Amino acid sequence: MNRFVWIALFILGLLVPLVVYPVFMMKLLCFALFAFAFDLLLGYTGLLSFGHAAFFGSASYVTGHLVKNSGLTPELGVLAGTLFAGVLGYVVGSLAIRRQGIYFAMVTLALAQIVYFVALKAPFTGGEDGLQGIPRGVLFGLIDLNRVYSVGGHPLALNLYYFVFAVFCLGFWIIHRTIHSPFGQVLKAIRENEPRAISLGYKVDRFKLMAFVISAAMAGMAGATKSLVFQLASLTDVSWHTSGEVVLMTLLGGVGTVFGPLVGAFTVVTLQSELSSVGSWITVIIGSIFMVCVLVFRRGMVGELARLLKRPL
Amino acid sequence: MTFALETQQLTIRFGGHVAVDAVSCAFAPGTLTAIVGPNGAGKTTYFNLISGQLKATTGRVFLHGEDISGCSAPQRSRRGIGRAFQLTNLFPNLTVLENIRLAVQSRAGVGLNLWSVWSHHRELIGRAEEVLETVALTAKRDLAAAALPHGDQRKLEVAILMALEPDVFMFDEPTAGMSVDEVPVILDLIRALKARRDKTILLVEHKMDVVRELADRIIVLHNGALVADGEPAEVIASPIVQEAYLGIEVAK
Repeated sequence: MNRFVWIALFILGLLVPLVVYPVFMMKLLCFALFAFAFDLLLGYTGLLSFGHAAFFGSASYVTGHLVKNSGLTPELGVLAGTLFAGVLGYVVGSLAIRRQGIYFAMVTLALAQIVYFVALKAPFTGGEDGLQGIPRGVLFGLIDLNRVYSVGGHPLALNLYYFVFAVFCLGFWIIHRTIHSPFGQVLKAIRENEPRAISLGYKVDRFKLMAFVISAAMAGMAGATKSLVFQLASLTDVSWHTSGEVVLMTLLGGVGTVFGPLVGAFTVVTLQSELSSVGSWITVIIGSIFMVCVLVFRRGMVGELARLLKRPL
Repeated sequence: MTFALETQQLTIRFGGHVAVDAVSCAFAPGTLTAIVGPNGAGKTTYFNLISGQLKATTGRVFLHGEDISGCSAPQRSRRGIGRAFQLTNLFPNLTVLENIRLAVQSRAGVGLNLWSVWSHHRELIGRAEEVLETVALTAKRDLAAAALPHGDQRKLEVAILMALEPDVFMFDEPTAGMSVDEVPVILDLIRALKARRDKTILLVEHKMDVVRELADRIIVLHNGALVADGEPAEVIASPIVQEAYLGIEVAK
């Protein structure tokens, strides 16, 4: 990918909150990072996890709890949530990679449901209410994330936005580096032909587990950041709906493409906020769009575009 | 002398069927042994047992005198047993160069490297390009492996094995399904490999003229058992080969 494209996108990311409502953008960035993390497994390793909300949601609880009750600064809170999700990913991954295909997906789903149950029952998660009123805090003890700037008469939480944008860039960079490293090449080999990768001398289980841990940690980083944006960690974050949503975003945008998860997250987040007035019909509408997508352009939006332009996007 | 590779009483049963039946055989370093036998004789299964794709029911495998019976397939590969498959077994959506790079990378042991960028590993890419050159696929380096015609896929299959640089090369019908003018490329590669005299080669091949020319020794498998073993001329002339392999009824 051309260096200028990256720089242009970075500048766009810096300027966009002046035009688009920052909270919408922050939600988009969190879910896009979540989808990128998920795509590292589905698109580059060929593993379909159906329990990724466990990492997204548990990190959001951990960060929320530590920031709210232990007074951690936001950057340490996000770091703690990320690490927790990585450790949880190690546990779930170790069990799940023993199975393949649909069984792998079912093991991840089952373990994610256990995490959901813990979130519902444990004393420190707030049960049905979740953790509310999580303070955004002061970044590095220097930058107040609550600070609102008035730009053209609109109050904009720019400090928070740039924090979220920085986290997103860091997560995206980690995933991007992983994909283009020699390690990432082996992941693709596993996706393409696992027995052949074994016969070349690769211990594929170790590669799959490491990919799982990185993916879980990055999903956690997204969830942790989200809990600061909305000042809320709730059961929705760990529910299987959220696991399904990230599958949907990734497939809509295009599996294994550079920008697919971002476009998919944008589509779903936009639909959710634009159609919030129609109530529960939103599920039917998104479901229909998903079906059309799967039937008409199976490579996802970015995947089809890349095919038409004959270049990777 | 330590043998490069040795199997002792190597056996695998699938239910009641004995696919490989107590095969004991030792392969001297630097030799080329052809393994022949009719379809279903257990040649590919024998390969699978050596490379670790299948676990033997009983029996042992030794590499350079060391017992590797308990090693997994990736461990055996890293210890120096490399194999090319009878049914083309590639990474279909990766490019030709990427297919070979993966073997070069495994050989170099940089698989778990997460923090460098692939395209910066010039020496590994250079090595992959060298191997590509030997099978005359340089012009097709950026095509997806799945887009190659059958003959080129066979060449790529062999090239992956070459890039892995094992001590023991196992070729399972490397020229199967290739057109007549493509076969020499593969045979030249095997010939050159044999001429180095530092690699041990096992070759399953049906074309008798090829076997006669290349092999130092022929072993014959029939119904999973080793039924003949010796100099090419002698084995090809033996009644058991004439009958079991070439399908010629020999009057007793």
